[in-house]
Amino acid sequence: MAAPVNSVGKPSAERPQINCTSFQKKTRSKLISIPGTRPSVQNGQLLVSTGVTSLDYLLGGGLAVGTVLLIEEDRYDSYSRMILKYFLAEGVVCRHELFVASAQDNPDDILQELPAPILDDVAMHKPVEQPRLPCEPQDSLDAMKIAWRYQNLPKVQSALASSSRFGHYYDVSKMMEPEIRQAAKCHSFYLPEHPTQSSATHSAMLESYSTLLKSLQEVIHREGFDLAAPMSKSRNILRVGLHSLGSALWGDDLSCQDNPTHRHALATFLYGLRALLRSSLSVAVVTIPSHLIQDRTLMGSITRLCDNAIALESFKGSERETNPLYKDYHGLLHVRQVPHLNCLTNQLPDHKDLAFKLKRKQFTIERLHLPPDLSETVSRVSRGELAGAAMVASACGSSTSGTKHLDF
Amino acid sequence: MFTELNSILNTSPESFSGGDFILVSDRQSDASFLIHHFLSFYLRAQCKVCFLSLAQSFNHYSSVSQRLGVNLTQAKDKGQLIFLEGLKESLSVLIPQAADTGSQAMSFLRNPAPGLQSLYEFVRDSVTASSSSVEEGTEEWGPPVLLVDDLSVLLSLGVNAGAVLDFTHYCRAAVCSQLQGNMVMLVRCDGGEEEYDGDVEGPEWLLRCLTHQCSLTLHVHGLPTGYCRDIHGQVEVCWRRRRGDGQHTQKKLFQYKVHDKGASFFARGTSSAVL
Repeated sequence: MAAPVNSVGKPSAERPQINCTSFQKKTRSKLISIPGTRPSVQNGQLLVSTGVTSLDYLLGGGLAVGTVLLIEEDRYDSYSRMILKYFLAEGVVCRHELFVASAQDNPDDILQELPAPILDDVAMHKPVEQPRLPCEPQDSLDAMKIAWRYQNLPKVQSALASSSRFGHYYDVSKMMEPEIRQAAKCHSFYLPEHPTQSSATHSAMLESYSTLLKSLQEVIHREGFDLAAPMSKSRNILRVGLHSLGSALWGDDLSCQDNPTHRHALATFLYGLRALLRSSLSVAVVTIPSHLIQDRTLMGSITRLCDNAIALESFKGSERETNPLYKDYHGLLHVRQVPHLNCLTNQLPDHKDLAFKLKRKQFTIERLHLPPDLSETVSRVSRGELAGAAMVASACGSSTSGTKHLDF
Repeated sequence: MFTELNSILNTSPESFSGGDFILVSDRQSDASFLIHHFLSFYLRAQCKVCFLSLAQSFNHYSSVSQRLGVNLTQAKDKGQLIFLEGLKESLSVLIPQAADTGSQAMSFLRNPAPGLQSLYEFVRDSVTASSSSVEEGTEEWGPPVLLVDDLSVLLSLGVNAGAVLDFTHYCRAAVCSQLQGNMVMLVRCDGGEEEYDGDVEGPEWLLRCLTHQCSLTLHVHGLPTGYCRDIHGQVEVCWRRRRGDGQHTQKKLFQYKVHDKGASFFARGTSSAVL
């Protein structure tokens, strides 16, 4: 949904009267409150968490509702699958509805492997407080009162983290308890169980994709995620997880041939998916085995039809595994695309050298190294010196154009 | 509307030349901010605007334009703006319902082979309607303008690059030559320029052919030295003026930074981040 928060709860026909002025009170965003969502600071988009806090930070606070996150799979699909599971687990914990589609594993199997949430941590602490390490003895804190005013400040973290917590933490070493999992409403789409009805009308799209799109649309209409539908009492978010689209099991030959016969099938599907999501309260994560797709032009057009795109490059099996530079990490993360939503600028990340690692219990994304410090905010040569130089230049009779920074 | 860009291009909403085909392209960067510029520019210039939005939804353009000081919903109600929302139209084609009420403009999705004739007919009807409906007492609008956000979406959806080229040619004949209006189109490529391998289907080929047709190109690409937070890329502005004694081209290169409500353009190396 590319609509700002304030239009979410209303039918779109009411918009003209509301948006006649650019002066809007921020308080209107309180109209809609779905658990597990928050409005974006920058553009008022409704955001949901991906479940990985550092990924949320990277995407500008979270995934905007109505958008698609494309994950280019790593070579063995282990880490991309983990992010997908994080995304679904976050949905379970926030009581969102899920839609899981896969052609390889049964979606129920994917759901059984969701990581266990660390729930007590979330319930007990206020967002400003940092979770204290359990091994830390309380009395040692009482004893040391030198820097008492700093004791409530958050600890310095090397991992990226959003300032306020609306995502949850998960323990990937444990599975989620079945009773938590079954509380969430889940729609699954397992391709072998869906007989593809042949219809001659779809020439641009494969049968498997059009069946998937159709069943997704049915769920959206039936369960009332449609924005055009009259507002029911409570609104909820539909989280769509599509696993390994474009692989051979979907009947697609993108990944096996240099010159695929269904060249535009996946792109057309993603276009339809974007159209569906923009008009509903749903958000999707799609994984694609991009390392199998040889055609870069094709991959570029697929990326552009998604909103966010990240690529995982695992070190597993590559010679980088033994490189001392990367000894702390399991792979590199490339940000391919960040969305433009309802604003001219996009939230560019600070830097693009990012790496991920899988700790014993947690998946995190960290900076590989700091970028060179070139920015408009950094203090450098004082402006007075520049002005002095400009005066000398004008005294010499050279150009006296009023440009601030450049006067040779 | 970015005033800095207006002064670079030497135009303003009060005085601009007609009959131009402006091609906006990008490579490893995003040029859609220029589309927003042209949309607000021509709406302020009181032109009749036909906007084919294939990549984003109406809400997106509406909220960005609001920040740039133009109200799209009002313009649509007044009849100044004709907005084709490709995403919305495509759903009825991709997931056929019993009662098909969608317009025919996106029918190429059903079968891309016949080309973009229906889309062209939509454009022709909407730009020529402006001249015929004047007598109804509605406001009179200036020359028609056609804006297309992302021709490369058409390629992704399976339309032949030749068919896209036919479409642009027909539009140019109708809008630029016949009605002395303007046309702005965006083509997005990725990968380096040297990767072009004679592929007659790809966006590279389309970009080359369109560059040949147009009168002004704005080519946006990322910095050759890599990603920077404070300089978002560079724009190559290239005029191709047809004078009496043959063609005359002029090129200028600027770096740019997109802000919340506009963009700033500066000569290479003169960003406030490095000076």
